[in-house]
Amino acid sequence: MTAQTTAAPQGREEIVRTINVVKEYRMGDQTLQALKGVSVTIYRGEYISIMGPSGSGKSTLFNAIGGLDKPSSGKVFIDEVDVAQLDALELAWLRCRKIGYIFQTFNLIPVMTALENVALPMIFGGMLEADARDKAKAILERVELGHRIDNKPSQLSGGQQQRVAIARAFANDPAIILADEPTGNLDLNTGKAIIGLLKEMNRERGVTVISATHDLKMLDISDRIFWIRDGAVEKIQRRDEVTIDAGQMH
Amino acid sequence: MNLPVKAVGQVQRQVQLPLSKAVEIALKSMRVRLGRSILTLITIVMAMAFLTQVWLSNRFGPVIRTALLAKAHLAVHEPVADNGRLVWLISLSLLVCLVGISNAMLMSVMERFREIGTMKCLGALDSFILKLFLLESIFLGVAGTVCGIVLGVALAAAMMVVRYSTAAWSLIPWGGVPWVCLAALGIGTAITAAAAMYPAWKAARMEPIAAMRVEV
Repeated sequence: MTAQTTAAPQGREEIVRTINVVKEYRMGDQTLQALKGVSVTIYRGEYISIMGPSGSGKSTLFNAIGGLDKPSSGKVFIDEVDVAQLDALELAWLRCRKIGYIFQTFNLIPVMTALENVALPMIFGGMLEADARDKAKAILERVELGHRIDNKPSQLSGGQQQRVAIARAFANDPAIILADEPTGNLDLNTGKAIIGLLKEMNRERGVTVISATHDLKMLDISDRIFWIRDGAVEKIQRRDEVTIDAGQMH
Repeated sequence: MNLPVKAVGQVQRQVQLPLSKAVEIALKSMRVRLGRSILTLITIVMAMAFLTQVWLSNRFGPVIRTALLAKAHLAVHEPVADNGRLVWLISLSLLVCLVGISNAMLMSVMERFREIGTMKCLGALDSFILKLFLLESIFLGVAGTVCGIVLGVALAAAMMVVRYSTAAWSLIPWGGVPWVCLAALGIGTAITAAAAMYPAWKAARMEPIAAMRVEV
């Protein structure tokens, strides 16, 4: 807990706050605690990496922050709204407008072109088809895929697919981008390019990026890193603190 | 654009999409998976052809026989119709159809867990996913039923010719055919819709977190 208070930037607007989040899974008659009471605060415009070995509760925390998984106890606030209080329609709205998701497996809709994929969340949000297409085209140009807008995902490389996915995540100008192992299925250089793109978009649009990862390339560009171990926050570091510790990390 | 009223804090309620959007996406998904759909389609075609053929033969037969008997002095041997067994066979074929479609749809839902989860992450409502899968199956059902009806009508007419000689062709009472076809279309569509109910509901209830699953 002390790590958190020293590492948190002061005087900034909160975007995500978790209070004592506990997540339990029942396995037969045993109860497994994946999260043992995690309290973290994330500020608007930050780039956060949640790091930890698999099975550490990293994904569970990530999913709780993203409103994808309900905690067993504790509270999750997204933009000052208690996620547990929302009904199905409000949750769908939140996922559509406030949060952009980026997945390890890209998850583009295979039957749709790049343009249609990027336009989809806008159409779900109630935007007119023509406007959605115009905006999708502009975002795809921003991620340097202006020439591939009519290609299906199967005609694109992994890196290109992830760029389309990033464009799609930014479609409704969300406040938060949730990236689950965004470089997990990419080679070193493509992964670097994707991380670079995420960081650029984070800076230029002031979007909060939260990424669950064990890709150490992420450390360089993260504002803060949450280290998760055994269902608890082991430490929270700022980027400048990480470089000092870099030696012992490897 | 009409924005819904504010609910809790800055959170609003997600809007319902027009049906046309679901139709568009459903058609797109079907075009891509045509190969697999054809197998299901064949079951529907065969079952509906069987139903239409038996139905029409039962209507055509007596009319043609009476007409032929009146016209000439032909001794026509009408085989004894075993309607009980036919009804049994038809019910069975329709049941096979129902289970087949249900199974194929369920497989398609399970395969597309990531796609469904992703759509939900992007803001799709349960009702939208439900519509998507129901529509997909109904399109398949209507296409199969129409083909089956055409095949069934042709078979029924051919049977009359085979059974009562070519003279029967001009005696076929076509008047009642459209009604039989319409009824068959209704039955075929109802069966496919019923078959898709459970898979579509399962898809609609899928959690958005399914999008995160890595294993296939």
